[in-house]
Amino acid sequence: MLELKNLHVAIGGNEILKGIDLKINAGEVHAIMGPNGSGKSTLASVLAGREEYEVTSGEVLFQGENLLDLDAETRAREGLFLAFQYPVEIPGVGNTYFLRTALNAIREHRGQPPLDAIDFLQLVREKADIVKLDPALLKRAVNEGFSGGEKKRNEIFHMAVLEPRLAILDETDSGLDIDALRIVSEGVNSLRSPERSFIVITHYQRLLDHIIPDSVHVLKDGRIVESGGRELALELEARGYDWLDSDPALEAAR
Amino acid sequence: MTDSTTMLEELASREYEHGFVTDIEQETFPPGLDEDVVRAISAKKNEPDWLTQWRLKAFRHWQTMEEPTWPKVDYDPIDYQAISYFAAPKKLLESLDEVDPEILATYKKLGIPLDEQKALAGVAVDAVFDSVSVATTYKDKLAEEGIIFCSFSEAVQDHPDLIRKYLGSVVPHTDNFFAALNSAVFSDGSFVYIPKGVRCPMELSTYFRINAPNTGQFERTLIVADEDAHVSYLEGCTAPQRDENQLHAAVVELVALDRAKIKYSTVQNWYPGDKETGVGGIFNFVTKRGICGEESKISWTQVETGSAITWKYPSVILKGDHSVGEFYSVALTAGRQQADTGTKMVHLGKNTRSTIISKGISAGKGQNSYRGLVKVAKGADNARNFSQCDSMLIGSECGAHTFPYIEIRNPSAQMEHEATTSKIGEDQIFYCNQRGISTEDAVSMIVNGFCKEVFKELPMEFAVEAQKLLGVSLEGSVG
Repeated sequence: MLELKNLHVAIGGNEILKGIDLKINAGEVHAIMGPNGSGKSTLASVLAGREEYEVTSGEVLFQGENLLDLDAETRAREGLFLAFQYPVEIPGVGNTYFLRTALNAIREHRGQPPLDAIDFLQLVREKADIVKLDPALLKRAVNEGFSGGEKKRNEIFHMAVLEPRLAILDETDSGLDIDALRIVSEGVNSLRSPERSFIVITHYQRLLDHIIPDSVHVLKDGRIVESGGRELALELEARGYDWLDSDPALEAAR
Repeated sequence: MTDSTTMLEELASREYEHGFVTDIEQETFPPGLDEDVVRAISAKKNEPDWLTQWRLKAFRHWQTMEEPTWPKVDYDPIDYQAISYFAAPKKLLESLDEVDPEILATYKKLGIPLDEQKALAGVAVDAVFDSVSVATTYKDKLAEEGIIFCSFSEAVQDHPDLIRKYLGSVVPHTDNFFAALNSAVFSDGSFVYIPKGVRCPMELSTYFRINAPNTGQFERTLIVADEDAHVSYLEGCTAPQRDENQLHAAVVELVALDRAKIKYSTVQNWYPGDKETGVGGIFNFVTKRGICGEESKISWTQVETGSAITWKYPSVILKGDHSVGEFYSVALTAGRQQADTGTKMVHLGKNTRSTIISKGISAGKGQNSYRGLVKVAKGADNARNFSQCDSMLIGSECGAHTFPYIEIRNPSAQMEHEATTSKIGEDQIFYCNQRGISTEDAVSMIVNGFCKEVFKELPMEFAVEAQKLLGVSLEGSVG
């Protein structure tokens, strides 16, 4: 599904990602953990196609294609979805209208006819139910005046409607209370399938109690310093990130 | 600069779509303006002596006036002697069948609804081709209700009493430099009269088009809604591409008698000039004002996307008690366009209310100013005003300015003023891109969202047109 080979990324001349290798197969859930400033969100942004990040070397294959050659909207249409850490408000643009424009752009790209208003509305109701999104939020402007939790839930709702092949959740758990965390996680779990992969970026192990990952990677100072199974997340929870600090043996092993 | 910026710039640099010129024999006065020209215009239109004298009075007054310099717009001085003040298609026609096929073809290109289909859509059209109306439709249907909807020239011949009573009653010839000039040389325009208690069964619509080189366009529109009458009037325009600046100094007067309602909607798309130099764009210096009787209501809605320079303040004098004035505006300046626009709400009567919603969008090197006055006179007890002025900036070379003036002489007045300035962020565009939406669609979606409160005041067909126009006008200006 996705393969990163020695990916180096800089912004404004500062190197943030210093050689990332990562392979994600269809149907897998990979968690990326790490302290603040380790490059987690940079990784999410660069995969989604944010232009201010400069890829200085390395490559990224998405479904066999060179991802870095595609602009952001083409990546989205090819099935890459980013649930934003800070979802953006678009005043005056209705959430449903926005989503229908998005879905029909994606459908057009795939050679499918646009969904008409009635079918779309039905789809929206169905999906809103999955994340228990307040139907009133469908009629409001995109993210405008939404609470932090509502915004995150809305992201997962967008994901449910757009049905991506690869979804990247960038700290979707931040700012969620326990109930919201559970609902969002259930939403994500209901979308898990053998054809769909996830990258879950988080600070906290608690999200991974709900969304069980196949692999866990620790990102530190722009490098993946440790990879493992679910138990790695538990160890991090217990010991923090410091034990991974400048471990020469580990560096050498890589 | 990012790819999305480049894309937007490409979009903004699109050629003006309506820039074609119709070749038709014109009878045009030589350039220049003096009393003889004013008399000649009046004679050409076979006007009664009182109107000739009215024009002359205005002309003499105009000569004592100076062009205003207070608007925040910048242009080379206009040589008023270099302008021709009259142009007309050679023969006057009785029906559409007699209209030059070339003119009809032009109308078709512009999508002007003169045909039966549009009649079914409920739109009656008084199409103005240059200075003389050549076609008027559905007059008969309106006449059944006693509604008069005709060219100004016709009204002068057929309804002189109404014209004499109301012409200049809202915008006197002394009002301002451009209104005085218009009063002296106005060519044609529209006249509407809705009799007592009649609700106009359809939206009335006029399309303007400037079509002769070096000819000033001086429209004069007068709408009178008698007691308890209702009318909704649409004005929309496109203009062909030109190399020289074209002066447009129109006057619109609205009279809403007791309990009458007038809704006046404009979509303005005059040629904005070359996007780099601003050369060739229309100068749009317009005076629009309405006066309200008791419990009456006047509502202005405008979408201004064209012109090199827009100078325009559709205003309401709230003379009658319990009267209501509204102003909803979207003004977009891209390329080198400059707009200084807003409104005046003058509260004279008791319990009068006004609402001002202004949305200014600046892109490219555009300069956009909101200038508004809310005035509450001594006797205007319990006057209320709500003003909201929002500006949106696209790119870093444009400007937005707000000049709200408030003059209150009555302590019971309640005023509310809100203002915001925002920038279309790369964040918003990226968010849309990430959902599969192209940058072009994203910008038009964001801008239309910003203008929503105004668009919802427009009649349905107009709202759709306005959204498209905004998209086209914006193409190429995000940075």
